[in-house]
Amino acid sequence: MTESKIKLDVKTIKLDFPILQQNVRNGNKLVYLDSAATSQKPKIVIDAVSSYYEKINSGVHRGAHYLAELATDAYEDSRQAIAGFVNVKAEQIIFTKNATESINLLAYGLLNATLQAKFDKKIDPRLVISENDEILITELEHHSNIVPWQDLCLKTGAQLKWIPLNADGSLDYSSLEKLVSKKTKVISVTHMSNVLGTLTDIELITKYAKSVNALLFIDACQSVPHMPVDFQNLGADAIAWSGHKMLGPLGIGLFAATTELLDILPPFLTGGSMIETVTMEKTTFAKAPKKFEAGTPAAAEAVGLAQGVAYLNKIGMTNVFQHEKDLANKMVQGLLEIPGVTVFGPHDGNRGGAVSFALQGLHPHDVGQVLDDLGIAVRVGHHCAKPAMKKLNVQSTTRASTYIYNDESDVDIFLDGVTKVFEFFGSK
Amino acid sequence: MKLSNMYQEVILDHYKSPRGKGLREPFTGQSHQVNPTCGDEITVRVKLSEDKNIIEDISYEGVGCSISQAAMSILFEQVLGKNVSEFDEISKEFLAMMQSKGIYEPNEDLLGDGIAMIGVAQYPARIKCALLSWMGVKDAIIRSKGENK
Repeated sequence: MTESKIKLDVKTIKLDFPILQQNVRNGNKLVYLDSAATSQKPKIVIDAVSSYYEKINSGVHRGAHYLAELATDAYEDSRQAIAGFVNVKAEQIIFTKNATESINLLAYGLLNATLQAKFDKKIDPRLVISENDEILITELEHHSNIVPWQDLCLKTGAQLKWIPLNADGSLDYSSLEKLVSKKTKVISVTHMSNVLGTLTDIELITKYAKSVNALLFIDACQSVPHMPVDFQNLGADAIAWSGHKMLGPLGIGLFAATTELLDILPPFLTGGSMIETVTMEKTTFAKAPKKFEAGTPAAAEAVGLAQGVAYLNKIGMTNVFQHEKDLANKMVQGLLEIPGVTVFGPHDGNRGGAVSFALQGLHPHDVGQVLDDLGIAVRVGHHCAKPAMKKLNVQSTTRASTYIYNDESDVDIFLDGVTKVFEFFGSK
Repeated sequence: MKLSNMYQEVILDHYKSPRGKGLREPFTGQSHQVNPTCGDEITVRVKLSEDKNIIEDISYEGVGCSISQAAMSILFEQVLGKNVSEFDEISKEFLAMMQSKGIYEPNEDLLGDGIAMIGVAQYPARIKCALLSWMGVKDAIIRSKGENK
């Protein structure tokens, strides 16, 4: 898909987001800089969810009545739209509750394969994790890409290995030579850090994963919503991300994988909808994606998300990424000009829109509170990445993160706000 | 700025010059508290008298925001030398104030500088910051009494 290079018309975009039209604390206009946590929703997404319930709500893939047909079509059309967004076939997209569930789908799929392999010789040995195996992640991961793997190690006896994080916020790729070996069964890395906005060198990681035939999983929560991502170019076996971070409703996550993996991976959740046939002796499973979608799916959320995808497609992901790089650049440079401010992670322009920083002598909670008083919403805390915090030698940070509805004036208000934080505590 | 309700002068004073800070020996009970949302941590030690009645020392070390640090410093000042039942009474009053959403007439005799925390009670996300040290002391007292081995 070719896109024309355009500068985002943020003034017009902002009008599409009802939530941004309101005033918050002290009558200040909302400046929303917490999109790495969750994005806001344009009216077309909100309307699509309402319209689903007003006009076509019914159980998808069940029944042959009029509404069931409409609902099923809407649900499957949404899958198609999302598949196109990351360049996979529709049946390679699994709808989950959120990205965390998607990662658990893989981790538990591997655990189930490992358990089943004891009795079932047909289980692919690539999926079987033993005490002699290793799972490799990075110190930069979100807890959702740490804990499921820690847990899988706990249950299989495998060792969890970590690609170190350098003090400057980059990953220590030189460690790969030593860390990747025949023992490496799974490599699981973030595509873009939710704390620092750092981009991972996926090409390099893929090369290492392929060299030892390890499964490669990529946490794409911060990449798919913010930059062009083509699953075919990544070389990963699977990726996961969340719908709510890309203009979609809450409660819908995505898992995309190669057809080969979806064929051999046992299901995580079982029950209705995911079966081919059930007898009292035995059940056979449906093919993916149904095999991984037990129970009644969140169809309205899928339909809403498809509208979010359409909205992003209209702007063009190359333009979205450039816009965010420009804003991040302005933010980082502006912060560095304020005496007493430290910016973690990359200072150059090749990064995502999440910017973590610290104000000398002030705790992030206090920084966030003063910014909140000015109507500026940022995230404070450890960003669910405690190992990374430890490596950066901080307890927590303040993080501002942008999206398509932020413009330079938001960054100006934010930078002015940071100066006011110092004034507030300094003048006391 | 309404924010000055939260960050009252007395809170910032305790934050900048915390009273009684540092971990000291001897102690009869120790507690480690974590605020999972922000990662703030505090270690609190309590030294009870031989009859396990008087709080003879409270010492602490931790990383945290101004509210959590000031709360600990205020607690130290207010509770040091008191007996355990007085601590329970003060602690109850403090908790009631913090859960009041800021609509409360706190008992200044009991809370001392602690009444300044009433502004914090208006911000639900920050209540835990103010309560962390109180939970630590309470736990350290229980441990001192050997009720929680």
